[in-house]
Amino acid sequence: MIEATEAKLKQVEPRTHYLNANYGIKSWLLTIDHKRIALLYLASITVFFFLGGAFALMIRLELLTPKGDIMTPDAYNKMFTMHGIVMIFFFLIPAIPAVLGNFLLPLMLGAKDLAFPKINLLSWYVYNLGAIFTLYAIIAGGVDTGWTFYTPLSVNSTSQVTPMAVGIFINGFSSILTGLNFIVTIHTMRAPGLTWFRLPLFVWAHYATSLIQILGTPVLAVTIVLLGIERIFGVGIFNASLGGDPVLFQHLFWFYSHPAVYIMILPAMGVISELIAAFSRKKIFGYSFVAFSSLAIAVYGFLVWGHHMFVSSQSVFAGMVFSFLSYFVAIPSAVKVFNWTATLFKGSISWDTPMLYAFGFIGLFIIGGMTGLYLAALGLDVHVHDTYFVVAHFHYIMVGGAVMAYLGGMHYWWPKITGRMYPEGWAKLSALLVFIGFNLTFFPQFLLGYQGMPRRYHEYADHFQVLNVMSTAGASILGVGYVLPMIYFIWSMRYGPIAKANPWPGSGLEWQTSSPPPTENFEETPTVTWDAYEFTKDNSRRYDVVKQGS
Amino acid sequence: MFLFLLLENWIPFAPEQGSSVAETVDWLYVFLVSLTIFFGVAISLTIFYFAMRYRRRSDDEYPDSIEGSHKLEALWIGIPFAIVMVIFWWGASVYFTVFRQPTDPLDIYVVGKQWMWKFQHPDGQREINELHVPLGRRIKLTMGTEDVIHSLFVPAFRVKADVVPGKLTSIWWEPIKTGKYELYCAEYCGTKHSGMIGYVIVQEPAEYQAWLSGGAGGGSLASNGEKLFSQLACNSCHKTDQSGRGPALEGRFGKSEALQAGGTVTIDENYVRESIVNPRAKIVAGYDPVMPTFQGLVSEEQLLQLIAYIKSLGDKKPGELPGGTATPTTAQPSAAKPAPEQPKPSTPTPAVPNKK
Amino acid sequence: MADSHVATHSALAHHFDNMEQQREAGSLGMWIFLLTEIMFFGGAFTAYIVYRNTPEVSEAFVLASNTLDVWLGLINTAVLICSSLTMALAVYYAQTETDSKRLQITFMILTVILGLTFLVIKGFEYADKFTHHHIPGKTYSFPAAGVLESKTQIFFTIYFALTGLHALHMIIGIVILLVIIRMAAKKRFSPEWHAPVELFGLYWHFVDIVWIFLFPLLYLLGFHLHGGAH
Repeated sequence: MIEATEAKLKQVEPRTHYLNANYGIKSWLLTIDHKRIALLYLASITVFFFLGGAFALMIRLELLTPKGDIMTPDAYNKMFTMHGIVMIFFFLIPAIPAVLGNFLLPLMLGAKDLAFPKINLLSWYVYNLGAIFTLYAIIAGGVDTGWTFYTPLSVNSTSQVTPMAVGIFINGFSSILTGLNFIVTIHTMRAPGLTWFRLPLFVWAHYATSLIQILGTPVLAVTIVLLGIERIFGVGIFNASLGGDPVLFQHLFWFYSHPAVYIMILPAMGVISELIAAFSRKKIFGYSFVAFSSLAIAVYGFLVWGHHMFVSSQSVFAGMVFSFLSYFVAIPSAVKVFNWTATLFKGSISWDTPMLYAFGFIGLFIIGGMTGLYLAALGLDVHVHDTYFVVAHFHYIMVGGAVMAYLGGMHYWWPKITGRMYPEGWAKLSALLVFIGFNLTFFPQFLLGYQGMPRRYHEYADHFQVLNVMSTAGASILGVGYVLPMIYFIWSMRYGPIAKANPWPGSGLEWQTSSPPPTENFEETPTVTWDAYEFTKDNSRRYDVVKQGS
Repeated sequence: MFLFLLLENWIPFAPEQGSSVAETVDWLYVFLVSLTIFFGVAISLTIFYFAMRYRRRSDDEYPDSIEGSHKLEALWIGIPFAIVMVIFWWGASVYFTVFRQPTDPLDIYVVGKQWMWKFQHPDGQREINELHVPLGRRIKLTMGTEDVIHSLFVPAFRVKADVVPGKLTSIWWEPIKTGKYELYCAEYCGTKHSGMIGYVIVQEPAEYQAWLSGGAGGGSLASNGEKLFSQLACNSCHKTDQSGRGPALEGRFGKSEALQAGGTVTIDENYVRESIVNPRAKIVAGYDPVMPTFQGLVSEEQLLQLIAYIKSLGDKKPGELPGGTATPTTAQPSAAKPAPEQPKPSTPTPAVPNKK
Repeated sequence: MADSHVATHSALAHHFDNMEQQREAGSLGMWIFLLTEIMFFGGAFTAYIVYRNTPEVSEAFVLASNTLDVWLGLINTAVLICSSLTMALAVYYAQTETDSKRLQITFMILTVILGLTFLVIKGFEYADKFTHHHIPGKTYSFPAAGVLESKTQIFFTIYFALTGLHALHMIIGIVILLVIIRMAAKKRFSPEWHAPVELFGLYWHFVDIVWIFLFPLLYLLGFHLHGGAH
């Protein structure tokens, strides 16, 4: 545990770091410092997170009663569509890579910055350009096609599909640029002595994520181009009356959008590896297995897209193949869970907030992952496909997995990012609220789904109401759990106790520099002589904490 | 167990088992739920136990490092792999049960459109958003759509299939008890997606017969198809005596035919549909690609009538005259409300009275 | 490189340790970018391949493909291959000779001219399609295809999507190349540092290779079947 020093507003000796190196709007908007860009991203995605959350609350309010009593069917359809688009493309995909990844990768590698700092800044501007189109589409009336944009519905729709598609198309390039930057950085910018197998698992996970970003996103881009041609010219290649095939769109779409869910969960797994190691002070059990399981998930992720289409009239043979391959994703996921659990054995386990999030993550990820087995089982998927069972499954992975890990990571690295500690009591409370609220929101949806409530329904049969009320009640608790960190994080920036350079202690290079780090990250390039996750007294004290006067 | 029953009354865990496959699907589900509970509880308890047992007691504890173990890794790669392969095999076998074509089914034709289901019985009765079927028959739905993708879903029967523009899809089930079962559209299809719902009403055979005799709206499907067949002048090429430019259609349905381009094709609903809208896609060996396309000239419903007619010719020998069509009565079945039809996009109007 | 630890080169960015690391990062980045481009075109190629193997639609593809002028396509292929050669030479002179400003610029200008030639010829082809109402949309007509008329639109949709995206890549490339020529004129490049020329060369060759795939797929496949609808 940290001996949290009293909140003192004045530091013992003012030190120059990346936050106070220079001031003013211009110094932020034109920065090429990866740490500042990470904070710019943090601001952007937080806006979209709460926007998407607002849509979600509207959905849950509408579903409180079986009848459509708050909004029209069209308004409801726009709600779930925009909730999906905003949360997936503008929050989940950039969340961990663009914020924590951007901030930490160079620090973990002992580099001064990412390989292409200007491209890094460009990616943030590209993200915002896409965001402008998307916001325009939302304000101009929204989109009602579902985030999946299935043809021919999305071609016939009179809503703002085109600007929304342009927004997603542009936003994709920010994802590509981030991935490209990470891969080059990991290959060429490692500090002396930092071999591949000394890298933190966070870096391995981001490497795998980046592979998906660069290989998958362009396919979505070209699919959107083809969809745009179809909308604008009224003639396209998914048009059944021309002899085209609407199901081809689904193939192209899921070729990216299934790997995309691994863009959301792989970095989260990387964060969890860091947390489990740091708070049990042990090397991750089976380090190389966990490292390669990330790559395995990235590779298999490209071979399973057809499991979204078992009832879409694709052939029985294709269904068999995709079902078979889908089970291969389960193995590396299971390997990770077992290795994390084994890491705890004979460790020194603390119950700090980030670790609570890690525990929560593992529990929810087991449920989320194993319900994936239900959906990959052909005969069962025929029944649960397009029901609330699917909705519950992917929320367990994306919210119970990715968002929990994101929050856990934010708490863990907050002292490094801001140089301040957050209030531990409030943080524990919010972790608990998120966990309880989340389960109450989404567990009933598994039951709803198996009973047959289809997804994207504005009105539903009366006998589904009990579970829907539970779900809505949970969502309100979840909302409180999400707003709390926002409040105390902002509070801690001013009033939080000053953090040490290595408060937990962590083992990575990011802890071998002051908090917050200087603009160039390290006073001199570190030379690495130890393996990942070597928790010893000497290691934790390696960086001279006396400099911080604590 | 008692608790389970208590919960079951408050929140049913599964919809009613209304078809022959429902139980099979539920058993797979029960197996997976047990598996999830087992692993979920086992891992959570292990984590909780470790977290308590090895909790940090002082701030300068630095435990010894443990590297990992290849034996354990092999174990927890091997066992999950074996388990998921069992699930795969089990899921696939259930899938085959659900998708294997049934023998001697009762054929019902379905058209989905925004936002309603139209059903046509073989004897010509039409229904909107309600489907009456008899107990003791396998029911096969052959489905087409007039606009976007829909998906017909009956939770109690554990069946679902998308209805995709440009092709016909089908599902089947065998009801095992009478009752009224909810039917949903499961593929998001626009504004009133959640209103595209209805009921499947399973009746005793006698009751079903009584319902049927309540009226057939204007001739059986096959006889309507026969009328169309002559109105569209199909019979000028597809002559019964094999003298036309196209093959005679009697006795062909369900058979396998050699193709001009090599290979064979089974003459099924989808092949007949394709042959009407894309005549040149798969030409039967020995014929020239001279048939024009009827895309846009026949509606999705008329296509289904033509298919039903050609299917009815399937049992005949070439040269035998088709007969035995149902006597049309004029009364409407009470269930079928006249549907509000939207005007169709301007397509060349065929010289066929649209029976609505 | 032996002199990598020598005092820093003016082009060395602040976050790299030496020129070698910077160069490695630059070229790896470019290769990965080209990988994303392959996936981008790959999606449209996939659509093409799927319909090539769809009965009837593939027949329509053959009919529509035969309206393209193979000779213009062939000339364009040659033009692009030549432009790849001139670009490769420009890169070569940037790498080797310290005082090769004139040769570099000459070959880069040649590359620009060849690129523009390609675009002009492509423009003539597009204009021809326009006059024949082969642009997919409301005014589309292709009576020669008879019953397959509507399906030939799929071919032209893919044709315009693929060649249009390719031409867009050419236009962007030419603009970038003009900027690089200006840099070369200011004597910015030396054998130690000429990353823009080298990386642009990679990009240009990639655009060329895309065309090498497009030409046989769109122009040549089914060419011998002219008029032979079976």
